[in-house]
Amino acid sequence: MDYFAQQAINAIQQGSIYALIALGYSMVYGVLTMINFAHGDLFMVGAFACLLIASFFPLPFIVILILVMLATGFLGALLERLAYRPLRNAPRVSAIITALGCGLVIENVVLSLSPYAKPMPPLFTVTGYHIGGLSVSTLQLMIIGVSIALMLGLDFLIRRTSFGMAMRAISFDAKTVPLLGIPLNRIISVTFLIGAGLGGAAGMLYGQAYPVIAASMGILVGWKAFVAAVVGGIGSIRGAVLGGYILGTVEVMTVAFLPSTYRDLVAYSLLLVILIFKPYGLLGKAPNQKV
Amino acid sequence: MAAMAAFFKKLGANRYALPVLLAVGFVLSLVIPQYGLLNGYVQFVLIMIGINIILSASLNLVNGYMGEFSVGHAGFMSLGAYASAVLTVKLLPDLPDAFFFLPVIVGGLVAALAGFLLALLSFKTRGDYLAIITLAFLMIVKSALENIPYVGGPRGMLGIPKLTTMAWAFFWVVVTIWVLRNLLYSKFGRAIAAIREDEIAANSMGVRVREAKILAFSVSAFFAGVAGALLAHLLVFINPSSFDILKSTEMLVMVYLGGIGSLAGSILGAVIYTLLSNWLQDFGTWRMVIMPLILVLLMLFRPKGIMGFRELPWFLPKREARRKDS
Repeated sequence: MDYFAQQAINAIQQGSIYALIALGYSMVYGVLTMINFAHGDLFMVGAFACLLIASFFPLPFIVILILVMLATGFLGALLERLAYRPLRNAPRVSAIITALGCGLVIENVVLSLSPYAKPMPPLFTVTGYHIGGLSVSTLQLMIIGVSIALMLGLDFLIRRTSFGMAMRAISFDAKTVPLLGIPLNRIISVTFLIGAGLGGAAGMLYGQAYPVIAASMGILVGWKAFVAAVVGGIGSIRGAVLGGYILGTVEVMTVAFLPSTYRDLVAYSLLLVILIFKPYGLLGKAPNQKV
Repeated sequence: MAAMAAFFKKLGANRYALPVLLAVGFVLSLVIPQYGLLNGYVQFVLIMIGINIILSASLNLVNGYMGEFSVGHAGFMSLGAYASAVLTVKLLPDLPDAFFFLPVIVGGLVAALAGFLLALLSFKTRGDYLAIITLAFLMIVKSALENIPYVGGPRGMLGIPKLTTMAWAFFWVVVTIWVLRNLLYSKFGRAIAAIREDEIAANSMGVRVREAKILAFSVSAFFAGVAGALLAHLLVFINPSSFDILKSTEMLVMVYLGGIGSLAGSILGAVIYTLLSNWLQDFGTWRMVIMPLILVLLMLFRPKGIMGFRELPWFLPKREARRKDS
């Protein structure tokens, strides 16, 4: 039983990181109905940005977190401005291919600049607590706490502010909303900024939890988070969080009870099975189809 | 330049030129390795061009002609490569070279079966979600192969006999193009063109959307498997991570560079891509920056590629060619 409870804590930690990244996929899909395949690589850039900042300026954790979020956020917004905006009225396939290409460009630029995996220095001293038979570290509490705080902040932003209302309106009807005087381009840029910022924060937290970072983590972890977003129903904010925790649980339990090499197999099979039975994810809605 | 263009136009219009060129090409593909007319590296590049033509033409069927978006082609390719390698390494190690078509066809059929199942299961989904399913398929194949010790797990399979020759590559390229050309201008070809333009409208006009999609996926997967089998017996070594998302991206570059909805475009794209990628070999990992960057720039500035929905008369049946002339 203790073993199970211990794995549950690990699952929440893993799920929090997946949920943070999945939010970025879902937000972009909500406003643009486009899959930002480059988002996983923005997550990876977040980890590297953290490494760069932390190795030159010994700043407190929270300051580094804000700087990392700003850096990846602006990279995300720049990507939208340069690569996705010119294609907004192009066929959907063009946009997906461009996103896929942009992700590979980012990944391989980082790979070329840093061919080997890099160790990540800890940003604060980690102490472990033992409660009953369970052990919890400050690092785990920090990861879970920061993720939940960011998700609550996002929820507030989307539900209670005029920006959030504009964002929800655009995902409801992107054709009519600009006619009502809402600056479409600005809202989309800010959406990318926030989504990529959350991904960057997840990259930093992931780098603290597993302190070896490499260019390939964008595909290994970022794409897993994409699975989470799709399982939850891409475009749905709450679906992304739900999907993140489901995937975190499934992965941790797979590793706990099966050989660890089965992790990806189980994760992607879960995606395939859910898409076959619920083609738009657990909380997603089917789009209207007209001739 | 103008004289050359006129010459090619005349050559393209002449319907006897194609069989003659094919015969010359086949004889050359037998003679060149026999007498060592070209050095080994050039021969290797030529075979790679052939394999890439098979890949880009088959992917064009789904991504270009049918207008869907599949990134799972590398998965079909790896199934073909592994199935054929299991045959030649483990089950039939004494296979005479002349029967090399057998493992290649088996590889193609295994891949086609996977394509059939994938199309059957994913019928309800389209667009972005279909892309996701093909992506999941790719990842599942890769991690499944990594977990099967019989085929070497993550280390892959070694000691595959080197059976792919120029003649075999040339033969399979011709078969691929011939089959695809005949399919594309049949009733089935009209059906997938209708699906590309509007799936719901096609369905309500009586096109059997489900059958057409399943057939397109199976045929496309079959030839991807054939290409995988040829590649395995050219490189004599395969491992699961050589058929990853980057491999699929390479095929996408070929298809969208040469032109969607065009067999001539697929050939052109494969030739340009293979030469470019060999030329960029010296740049190390920066090569993998340049390739996707080309894809992005293509999408931004010329989304249909060089030949986009245009065709050389050679790749049109007689009836179609006459219709275009008049």
